[in-house]
Amino acid sequence: MSNATPLLDVSGLTKHFPIKGGFPIRRTVGAVQAVDGLDFQVAEGESLGLVGESGCGKSTTGRLITRLLEPTAGTISYRGEDITHAGRRQLAPIRSEIQMIFQDPYASLNPRQTVGKIVSGPMEINDINPAGGRENRVRELLEIVGLNPEHYNRFPHEFSGGQRQRIGVARALALEPKLIVADEPVSALDVSIQAQVVNLLQKVQQELGIAFVFIAHDLAVVRHFSQRVAVMYLGKIVEIADRDDLYGNPRHPYTRALLSAVPEATVDDDGPVRERIRLVGDVPSPISPPSGCRFRTRCWKATDKCANEAPPLVQVEGNKPGHLTACHYPETEALIPARLSKNPGAAA
Amino acid sequence: MTPPTPSAAAPLEVTDDSIVASPPPSTHKGSESRSPGRLAWTRFKRDRTGVISAYIVIFFFVVAIAAPLIAKLYGKDPYTTYASQRPDLLNAFSYPAGPNGGMSSEFWFGIEPQLGRDVFTFLLYAIRNSLGIAVAASLLTMFFGIVIGVTAGYLGGKTDYLVGRVIDILLSFPSTLFFIAFMPVVYSFFVADDDNIPTGLRAASLIIVLSFFGWATIARLLRGQVLGLRVREFVEAAKVTGASPRRIVFKELLPNLWTPIIIQFTLLLPAYVTAEAGLSFLGVGMIDPTPDWGVMIARGAQFYTEDFTFMLFPGLSMVIFVLAFNLLGDSVRDALDPKSKR
Repeated sequence: MSNATPLLDVSGLTKHFPIKGGFPIRRTVGAVQAVDGLDFQVAEGESLGLVGESGCGKSTTGRLITRLLEPTAGTISYRGEDITHAGRRQLAPIRSEIQMIFQDPYASLNPRQTVGKIVSGPMEINDINPAGGRENRVRELLEIVGLNPEHYNRFPHEFSGGQRQRIGVARALALEPKLIVADEPVSALDVSIQAQVVNLLQKVQQELGIAFVFIAHDLAVVRHFSQRVAVMYLGKIVEIADRDDLYGNPRHPYTRALLSAVPEATVDDDGPVRERIRLVGDVPSPISPPSGCRFRTRCWKATDKCANEAPPLVQVEGNKPGHLTACHYPETEALIPARLSKNPGAAA
Repeated sequence: MTPPTPSAAAPLEVTDDSIVASPPPSTHKGSESRSPGRLAWTRFKRDRTGVISAYIVIFFFVVAIAAPLIAKLYGKDPYTTYASQRPDLLNAFSYPAGPNGGMSSEFWFGIEPQLGRDVFTFLLYAIRNSLGIAVAASLLTMFFGIVIGVTAGYLGGKTDYLVGRVIDILLSFPSTLFFIAFMPVVYSFFVADDDNIPTGLRAASLIIVLSFFGWATIARLLRGQVLGLRVREFVEAAKVTGASPRRIVFKELLPNLWTPIIIQFTLLLPAYVTAEAGLSFLGVGMIDPTPDWGVMIARGAQFYTEDFTFMLFPGLSMVIFVLAFNLLGDSVRDALDPKSKR
């Protein structure tokens, strides 16, 4: 956070998908406010986790950062350079530095191309000729991600889900990026494979010093992987903090509810029995989100103030620096951090 | 006469269910690969109907290509009226004098009633001309279908809407009626009313009219395919690495479209063969003395009560060809898209 220029600086990022309707002339009748005013930074080599339930705009955020989608408002700057509305040619030099890993390993690899072609494709597009040739580099990359370099000429259908995801990682690494947006990279995989892939990504992050925007809905995976975590709800960030801070001392009611839903793995529990917060109702439609605080319709603390005034994302009283919460009535008592501090191995 | 229905709701997935049936994967070494194309080829080779049909189709194409050579070896040509030199070939009623339509070691398939042309060479050249026109029309149709369909699907939005409406209109035309109605219109563009229409122009007009009414089905099918493909993550992955639209279309989308394209082509070509023959039969396509399947059948229809043999050869050969090609198309579809197997 203290860096002069963060690697990635996102401010006020907004994406509204227009809803077309009407007959005979189609016009815009509304908008799905998928992402509405996000502010966050990613420092070099840092991993930022993005969590939230389905439909809260996590993936849209990832696609905005990689410029697969055109932002409605706000700015995205990479190393201080504004890339919010940059065209393809303008983006070309940055393309190689921001890469993406996709959710579905079955859809993210072209079934008609060999592994070699898939992984060397990015180099071909960006006209990169590594010493020793592209093929050697691809074999090297395959080895890095834990695949047999002999698989160079195979086709994606010959691989399992976990192996395919490794190919996706190798493709993302081909350009030696500085930032990788991982859009739920493990949620389509078996639990046993998830751990392997997450560990692979962690190895990559630590050894190659690549910054990550790690999108997931699995809190445990994010906790394992990310140094900082942002919690999203209905297109907005409700809380962002360092990992231990967020998991140990969540201030936003939503974060608290989310964390309380994580099943306990320990049996010999000597701490106080943790309370399970049950949220009632559904997530409101992003087409017409609630006024004020977006979480107020399901929040047990909501008052008139919440309906009238959107809470800013600020460092509320009692927070460590860098711990920002968007709530008028932040939670105060710490969330039984006893067990966490006793056994930090799982987190670190 | 209508182009084939896009029965092959074409496949995107490469399935490898043949792996289960074929020798276990351990038999092929790490460096060896089984491309989707290879897998399809293995499946195709196991389909006996498909292989036999392929041989028949290839035979017809070889005959078509080698027609002048065969005619030369055989020593006759399709235009000479042999009966005018040797009146003994036809009887008093201008029907072949010999039995079975005049079939003999000299005239293998007999001779034509009235004019006394050689049926064998006439059929050779008829196959050559008809196939040539059908192949050209199919290629042109596929070309426009692919270009328009992929463009509409890839660009989407207004382009897609506009192209979609044009396709709707074209598909709502009664095509057979329009073929017949349009052929004279096309001719009148090029030659004055009372001039003779050159054979080349007739062929070209046929090709133009057939493909003009044919591309819409192909384009619609491929547009749908592209709509599904372009939002797939591997296309996004290519975009993230900075691929140009050109590269995305040619390297990412087209390789995944070959399956529906090949399937459509194999269904379209026999349909065009019959359509072309039908138009010629009705007198709006090729006309006598140009050898053509439709022309031959039309002539045969005048005499079939007296001389059935003359009708038999073009009719039978066309049935065999169209049947074989359609079976081949089915087999190709089954091989490329095993999920669609009945």
